[in-house]
Amino acid sequence: MAEKKKKLLQGNEACVEGALYAGCRFYAGYPITPSTEIAEGMSVRLPKIGGKFIQMEDEIGGIAAAIGGSLAGLKSLTATSGPGFSLKQECLGYACLTEIPLVIVNVMRGGPSTGYPTGPSQADIMQAKWGTHGDHPAIALTPSYVQEILSETVRAFNLSEKYRTPVIVLYDEIIGHMREPITIPAPGDLEVVDRAKPTCPPEEYFPYDDRYDVAPLAPFGSGYRFHVTGLNHKKDGFPTNDSKIIRENNERIMRKVDKNLEEIWKNEETYLDDAEIAVFAIGSTARSARFAVNEARKAGIKAGLLRPLTIWPFPDKAVKELAKKVKVIIVPELNLGQMVNEVERCSKNAEVIGIHRVDGEPINPAQILDVIKKHK
Amino acid sequence: MSSPAVTEKKQKVSVPFDYNKYLRPNKLPHIWCPGCGHGIVLKAMLRAIHDSGIEKDNICMVSGIGCSSRTPGYVDFNTLHTLHGRAIAFATGIKLAKPELKVIVVTGDGDALAIGGNHFIHVCRRNIDMTILVMTNATYGMTGGQYSPTTPMDSISTTSRYGNIEPPFDACGMAKAAGASFVARGTAYHTIELEKTILEAIEHKGTSVVDIIDACPTYFGRANKYKSASQMMETIEKDGTVSVKQADKLPPEKIEGKALRGVLHKIDRPEYCEQYSNLIVEKAKGK
Ligand code: SF4
Repeated sequence: MAEKKKKLLQGNEACVEGALYAGCRFYAGYPITPSTEIAEGMSVRLPKIGGKFIQMEDEIGGIAAAIGGSLAGLKSLTATSGPGFSLKQECLGYACLTEIPLVIVNVMRGGPSTGYPTGPSQADIMQAKWGTHGDHPAIALTPSYVQEILSETVRAFNLSEKYRTPVIVLYDEIIGHMREPITIPAPGDLEVVDRAKPTCPPEEYFPYDDRYDVAPLAPFGSGYRFHVTGLNHKKDGFPTNDSKIIRENNERIMRKVDKNLEEIWKNEETYLDDAEIAVFAIGSTARSARFAVNEARKAGIKAGLLRPLTIWPFPDKAVKELAKKVKVIIVPELNLGQMVNEVERCSKNAEVIGIHRVDGEPINPAQILDVIKKHK
Repeated sequence: MSSPAVTEKKQKVSVPFDYNKYLRPNKLPHIWCPGCGHGIVLKAMLRAIHDSGIEKDNICMVSGIGCSSRTPGYVDFNTLHTLHGRAIAFATGIKLAKPELKVIVVTGDGDALAIGGNHFIHVCRRNIDMTILVMTNATYGMTGGQYSPTTPMDSISTTSRYGNIEPPFDACGMAKAAGASFVARGTAYHTIELEKTILEAIEHKGTSVVDIIDACPTYFGRANKYKSASQMMETIEKDGTVSVKQADKLPPEKIEGKALRGVLHKIDRPEYCEQYSNLIVEKAKGK
C-alpha cells in the first residue's frame, strides 16, 4: 500500500495537491490575491509530471486558455479571487453551454470592486450561481478545512468531468491562507473520475448527443472532428434557430444538475438529531459556528450545525427538513445577506436570523454564541 | 515563376484540391453577404491548407465573434467558435495542451484588435506557434456597421455619422512590435498572392499574423458611397495597397498612404511550446 504523507500546508497549497491528485494537467490563470499561491504551486509542480502551466495576460485569458486546455483533453484549472471572478463570468457561461469540464477556484476576498484584497469574505456566493448571464447549471463547493480544500478540489474535478460542466470551489481568504496539518491521500484513497470519451466511429459522433444527458466528449485532435460554439446549438454542435432544439438543450444542461442533486449535495450535520436551534454556515464561518455550538451544548442549549459542502445547487432538502425540526436557524456569513435569503426560502416554520460581517474580520464564535443564547 | 522552391512545392502536393474535402457542405450556404470578401479569404485559406499537406484531424481552427469568425463552422477541422475577442486565448490553451495540433485563428479586426487586443499583443510576444488571420474590413459587420479599430479617419459608419476621428491601427506594425516572428499582409483582391502568403504563414514556426484587407460592401461600402463591391475592392485593396517587392522600386510619392502587401517581417525566434519543454520541463526535472 502506498504510504500516506503528512504535511503542514496552507489552504491554497492543499488546493494544488487536490488538483494534481484529481489528474489536473493544465493550469492557466492570472495572479490575484489571495489565490496566487495556487498558480505558484501549479507552475512548479505541473512541468514535473507532464502538465502545462501558463500565466496569461489577464483573467479572461486565464479561463479561456483553461477551457482550451480542457477541450484538448487535459483536466484544467484556473484560480482567482473576486475581481478576477467577475472578469471570468462570460467564459464561465461559455463552458456551461459548450459543456466543457473545468474547475474554477475563487478564494473570496472583501469587495465590492478591489475591496479588501487581503481580507476574508463570503460575498461571492450569489455570484457563483448568478454571475454569468442566462440560465445555466451551477455547482459550487465550500470547504472549511485545509484537508477539505484538497478533497473538495478532487470532488470538484470529479463532478466537472462527470457532468461536463464547470465547477466552482469557493472558500474564503482565512482558510486559503491558514496552515493545518493534513494527510495527502495515497493513490486510490479518493475516487477520481475521468470524462467519458466516445467509442463510436467519428462519423457517428455527436458532441451533444441528445440520447444522453451528458454525452461523451472527444478531445480535439483525436480524430473526431466536431464544432463547438457558444451559440445555441444542435446535437452536432452547429448553431440552430430551432426553438424546440434550443429549449430542449437549455433544459438538458440544467437537468444535469437538477436530476443528480443527491449525488452533488454534501452536508455535514453536527448535533442536529435533537437540536432546537441550528446554525447554517460555510467556510471559515462554519469553524466558528462549530465552536459556538459546542459551547452552547456545554451550557445545556440544544444547538446544532448544518454545514453544506455543496452550496450550489442549494441544499434545499436538508434545510427544509431542518426547518421542520428546529425553532431557529442562524445564518452567519461574511457578507450582508446572501445565503440567509436562500435559507429563508426553504424554512416555512423556523425563524431565520442572519449574522453578517463585512469589515474584513472573521465572524468569531462569541458572536454566534450570543445569538444562540438570545434565541434559545 | 520557375524558382526551385516553387517546383519543389508543386511536386510535394500530388492530390488535386477539392473543396468538398475541406468544407462541410451541409453547413452551407454561408451567412456572408454577396460581395463580402470573407468567402474569397476562405478559399485562399483552404487552398493554402491543402498545399501545406497537413491532415484535417491535426488542424484546429478557432475564431471569436463577428462575420469572419463564422468561418470555422463551414470547414471540416476541429473547430471552435468562441467569445468576442477571446479566440487567441482559447487557441493558446489548445496549442499548449496539444502542441502537435496546427492551430489557426480566424478573426476580424474588431475581434482581434479592439476587444481582443490584449490577447493579440501577448500571443505575439510569446511567439507560440499559431497562425492568426485577421480579416480587416474596417467595420463591425455583424452588429450593423459601426466603426472599428481599422476604420480610416473621416469614414462614415453607424456610430461615426459625422466622420471617424480615431486613427486606425496598423495590425502588422503592432504584431511586429509585440514580437510576432512572421507578419504579412494580403488582400482578398490578390487571391493567388494571399494563398501563398497564408501557406508561408502556416509553415512558419512561431506566431504568424496575416492582416487580410477585405471589404464589407454592405455596411462600410454603402455608408461611404462605394458604387459596388468590385469597385470597393479595386479602390481599397488594389489601388490602396502595394506589394513590398514593388515598393522598393517605386518613388516615395507613389507608395504614400498605401498599405504594404506581402511578407513584411520574418525572423527565427524560439517558439513558446518548445521553450516550455526544452527549458521549463528540463529544469523542473532536477528540482
Ligand atoms: S456585413 Fe459586411 S462583413 Fe458581414 S458578411 Fe456582410 S459584407 Fe461581409
